[in-house]
Amino acid sequence: MSKLVLRRVDRNNEEMLINFGPQHPSTHGVLNFLVETDGEVMRRAIPDIGYLHRSLEKIGEMVGYPGYMPYTDRIDYLAAMFANEGYAIAVEKLIKVEVPKRAQYLRAISCELNRIASHLVSVGTMATDIGAVTPLVYALRERELINDLLEALCGARLTYNYHRIGGVAFDMPAGWQEKVIAYLDRFDSSVQEWDRLITFNEIYKKRLGGVAVVSREQAIDYGLSGPNLRGSGVDWDLRRDAPYGAYPDFQFDIPVGRGWAGKVGDCFDRYYVRVQEMAQSSRIVRQALEKMPEGEITAKVPRKVKPEAGEVQSRIESARGEMAYYLVSDGTERAYRVRARTGSYMAMGIIEDISPGLMVADLVALIASLDVVAPETDR
Amino acid sequence: MTQFSFAFPKPGTKKLIVGASLGAVLAIPALLASLLVFVIPMVHKPLFDAFIREKLGHDPATWIGTQWTYALAFFVAGIVMFTFAAITGGIFSWYERRVAARMQSRIGPNRVGAGGFLQWIADAVKLLFKEDLVPGEADALIFRAAPYFVVAGMTLVLVALPAGQAIVVADLDVGIFYILAVTSFIVVGIILSGWSSNSKWSLFGAIRATAQIISYEIPAGLAIMVPVLMAGTLSTQGLIKAQGGWPWEWFFFRNPAAAVAFFILFISQLAEGNRTPFDLAEAESELVAGYFSEYSGFRFALYFLVEWANLWIIGAFATTLFLGGWQIPGVTTQTWAAVRGSGSFPAWGWWALQFVSLGVFALKTLFLVNVVIWIRWTLPRIRIDQMMTLCWKYLVPAGFAAMLFTLLWQMVATWVPVVERVTALLVLAATVYVTWRFLVQTRKNVSLIAHERVDLTNW
Amino acid sequence: MTTIEIHQKLQEAFGDAVGPLGEPKVDAFAVVKGDRIVEICAWLKKAPGIEIDFLQDLTAVDWPKRNVIEVVYHLFSFPHRHGIVLKVETDRANPVVHTVEGVWKAANWLEREVYDLFGVTFTGHPDLRRVMLPDDWVGHPLRKDYQEAGGFHGIPNLRENPLVELRRLDLVRIAEHLKANPPPPPPPPAPPPAAAPAAGTPPAPSTPPAAPQA
Repeated sequence: MSKLVLRRVDRNNEEMLINFGPQHPSTHGVLNFLVETDGEVMRRAIPDIGYLHRSLEKIGEMVGYPGYMPYTDRIDYLAAMFANEGYAIAVEKLIKVEVPKRAQYLRAISCELNRIASHLVSVGTMATDIGAVTPLVYALRERELINDLLEALCGARLTYNYHRIGGVAFDMPAGWQEKVIAYLDRFDSSVQEWDRLITFNEIYKKRLGGVAVVSREQAIDYGLSGPNLRGSGVDWDLRRDAPYGAYPDFQFDIPVGRGWAGKVGDCFDRYYVRVQEMAQSSRIVRQALEKMPEGEITAKVPRKVKPEAGEVQSRIESARGEMAYYLVSDGTERAYRVRARTGSYMAMGIIEDISPGLMVADLVALIASLDVVAPETDR
Repeated sequence: MTQFSFAFPKPGTKKLIVGASLGAVLAIPALLASLLVFVIPMVHKPLFDAFIREKLGHDPATWIGTQWTYALAFFVAGIVMFTFAAITGGIFSWYERRVAARMQSRIGPNRVGAGGFLQWIADAVKLLFKEDLVPGEADALIFRAAPYFVVAGMTLVLVALPAGQAIVVADLDVGIFYILAVTSFIVVGIILSGWSSNSKWSLFGAIRATAQIISYEIPAGLAIMVPVLMAGTLSTQGLIKAQGGWPWEWFFFRNPAAAVAFFILFISQLAEGNRTPFDLAEAESELVAGYFSEYSGFRFALYFLVEWANLWIIGAFATTLFLGGWQIPGVTTQTWAAVRGSGSFPAWGWWALQFVSLGVFALKTLFLVNVVIWIRWTLPRIRIDQMMTLCWKYLVPAGFAAMLFTLLWQMVATWVPVVERVTALLVLAATVYVTWRFLVQTRKNVSLIAHERVDLTNW
Repeated sequence: MTTIEIHQKLQEAFGDAVGPLGEPKVDAFAVVKGDRIVEICAWLKKAPGIEIDFLQDLTAVDWPKRNVIEVVYHLFSFPHRHGIVLKVETDRANPVVHTVEGVWKAANWLEREVYDLFGVTFTGHPDLRRVMLPDDWVGHPLRKDYQEAGGFHGIPNLRENPLVELRRLDLVRIAEHLKANPPPPPPPPAPPPAAAPAAGTPPAPSTPPAAPQA
C-alpha cells in the first residue's frame, strides 16, 4: 500500500498546500481537495472523498431485493428516480419480468422531470460558484414546482422510492397531467430567460470558455459519461443508442458539445449541454403525456423475489452520467453483490489529471462543470 | 395590471408599533439629513463665528482656547460625517437586500420594522453580542488593529467628499489628490488582516485584494485627471462649482472623453470597493470570506460597514466628478448669494436650499448606488488574471487616451466655447436615445417570459 | 459484433488463457487468466473490428466458498456498440492482479475502489491508496468475512436502540417523579353494611366499584 506523497512544499517560492473543503460552499457535497498551489496557479488538485460513504453496496447484501429500493434513492439523492429505475431494471432482468407499457411511460416521465430538477441544481450551483447568485434562485424556483409535482405523484420531494420491481408504485393522480403541461409551458420560457440572464454573459463565457478542456479521447479513456462525455464532443446517449423502457417511442435531440465559447470539451460545453438537455427533457415529457397508454402500472411480481443464480448488468442514462447496476444473485432472497457504478465517480477520477496548470478559480469551475456530487462518489 | 395590496401592516398589529415603525423609517433619514445640513456647515470658521456671535452672544476671539474650539468643532463634524456614513451603510445593507430579493423573486427582510427597515439595527446589535474571537495562532495585536485601518481609510475619504453646497467637512485645495492617497489606507488594513489571521485562505484573499486595489488605482487616477483638467482645480467643491445644474453642464456630457472616463472610473471604483464582478477577494464560493474569514463579532461588522459605506463613496465620488454634484438646475452662484442674505449668518432660505442641494446630490448618488447593486446581483465574477488584463491592457490605455484627448479638447473649448455646448447636447441626446432603447428591450424581455408579471403585492 | 463473436476472436488470439463463455443465464461472461489480462485488454482495445475503448466498470465479487475473489471487467466499444464481460479469478488469500490502468485510464480510480473495499492488490498501479475509507482503516469491508472493528479512533459504532434508550429514560423519570410525590394511601375499606334492611324495601342499588387506578 502506498501513502500519498505530496511534494515537499518549497518555502522559497509561493507554494502552499490548501484544503479545499470538506466544508466549503462550492464543493458539491462533502468533498475535500488537497490543492498544491504555486500562488494562484495550481500544481495539482487531489480529490479526497469518503465523507459520505454509507456502505450502500454492503447493505444491498443484507436487505432483500424489494427492500433495497429506498436505499437506491440515496445513491444519488438529486436524481433519485434514475437510481430507482436502474435498480428496478436490473432486478427485472434477473427475474425475467416484463414491465407494462404504462409503467414504462410513467417511469420515463418521472425520470425526465427528475432530470430537469437535477440539471437545474447543477447549472444553478455552477452559476453561483462562478459568482452570480441570482441564477441559482431562479433555478431553485423552477425546481420547487417540479418538487411539488413529484410530491403529488409519489409523496416525496427528494428521495422518491417511486419505482418498484415490475413497474411503479402509484398512478398519476387526477389532474396531474394538466399541471405538468402547465408547468412545462412555463418552463420552456424559463430556460430562455436563463440563457438571457447568464449563459451568454460575456464574463461567464470568459470564465468557462477554454477552461479545463477534456478532449474526446480523454473523456472516453477516463470513463466519463453523460453530459460530461457529450460536452467533449462524443455523440452518445443511452436513451437513443442503447434504448430501454419507453424511450424508443420518443423523439428528442441529443445536445453535443461544439465549443460554443472556446474549445470543444471545455467547461462551457459541459454546462450548455445540460441547459439544452433540460429543454429536450421537457419535450420528452410532453410526448409521453400525450401518448400515455392505459394499462397496469406494475407487473405481477412474487412477494419474495428469489431469482436464479446468475448476474446481470443494467445501464441507464442518469442525469450525471451512466448509472450501471451490476447484480450478482446466488439464488437466495438476498442479493450476493450489488454494485452501482455512477457517473460522478469517474468524473472525480479525471480531476487530478486535468488540474495541473489551472487556477484555483478554474478548479471551482471544473468541479461544478463535471457535476460531481458526493453521494454518487462515495455511495 | 399591478395590484396594490400591501402585506404591511399585518392586521392585528398594535397601532403603536405600526406608528413607531413607520416613524423610524421616516425619522432616520430625516435625522441624517438634518445633521448634515445643520451641523457640518456650522463648524467652518465663518459660520461658526457668526453663530456664536449672533445667536449665542459670545465672542470667540476673547476665549482662551479658541483654536482648540475650532479643532473640536472639526472633530465633531468628522464624527457627524462618520455617523452619517455608518448609518447610510446600514440603510444600504437593507436596501441591497430588498433590491436583490426583488430581482430574485423573493421578498427580503420584511419582519423588523416597516418593510424590514430596521433589520440592519438588529444585525448590528446581534454582531455586538457575538463572541470576540481571536484565533489562537493569529498575531493578536495586528489582528485587532487591522479593521480600524480599513475604517480609517474610509473615513479619511469621507471627510473630503461634499454632500451639499456647504456640506463638506474639509474642502481641501488638493482634495482629489488627498482622496487618491488615503484610499490606499484600506489596502494596508486588508493586508494586515489577511496576514495576521494566520490562515492560508485569508492570505489568499488578502493578496488578491491588494493586487486588485493597487492595480485599479492607476486607471482611476487617469480617469480622475479628465474632470480635473476640465475644471482646473483639485478641490472637490471647486470641481462641482465648475459644473452646472442642468445635465448639459455636467462634465459627463461636455466632453466625449469624459463619458469614457466616467465608465473607466466607475469600473475602477467597483474594483476598489471589492464589489462584484470584482469581488475575488471575498469570493464566497471560493474563499468563503477571504481576508476576513477569521473575523467574528463586531470586527466583522466593521468590514461590512466599510463595504456598504463604500457604496456611498463610489456614488458620491462619481457624482462629484462627472454628474454635477449638488448643483441644482437653474440655481447659480448669484442665486446662492442672494438667498444667503447680507448678514454674516445665512437666512432661512439658504438653509432650505442646502437641503435641496443635499437632496440633488443624494439622488444622483443613489442612482449610482442602484446601478452598483444591480450589477452585483446580475454579473458573475471575473478571474484574477482577467481582471489584471482588463486593468492594464484596456483601462490604462483608454485612460491615457481620454486624458490626452481632454488636454486638446480644453484648448479647443477655450477658443470656441460653443463647441462644448453643442457636444453636450449631442451626447445628452445620444444618452437619452440609448436609455430609451434599453427600456424598450427590457420591456420586450419581460414580455417574453410567459409567466412573469410586475407584481408588487408582496412588498 | 455479438458477444459470442468477440469471444471467439479472443479465443483465437489467446487460446488457452480465455475460458468459455458462461451460459447466457442472464449476462454471459468469460473467465480469463489473471497473468494475461493486460495483454488481453490491450489487444481488445486495438483489434480492428473490436476496438473496445471504454472500460465501463471494474469491480469485484467475493466468493469465500470457492476461495476466490473475482475481478470483473465490463468492457464496451463506442464505435461498434458491442461489449464483453471478463472475469479474473484471484486467490482469496493473496489477491493480486496486474493493473489495466495503462490500457484505460478509467481503471485508475476503479481499481483503487476495489483495493479499498476488497483488498485486491493491483501491481503496477501508480497510486494504489484507499479512496473512500480513511488511510488508516483496518480491513476490507466488502469481503464476506469482514467484521466491524467496533469503533474508529475511539468513536464507537454501536449504540443503544434510541427507542429503548428513550424508554429507559422515561421510566427513570417516572420513578423519580413518584418518589418525589408519592401517591396518597388508598382509603380504608368501607364498614360492613348495617343489618339487613326491613323486608319489603328493595335493596339499595349498588354503585359499581371504582375502576382500579392505572
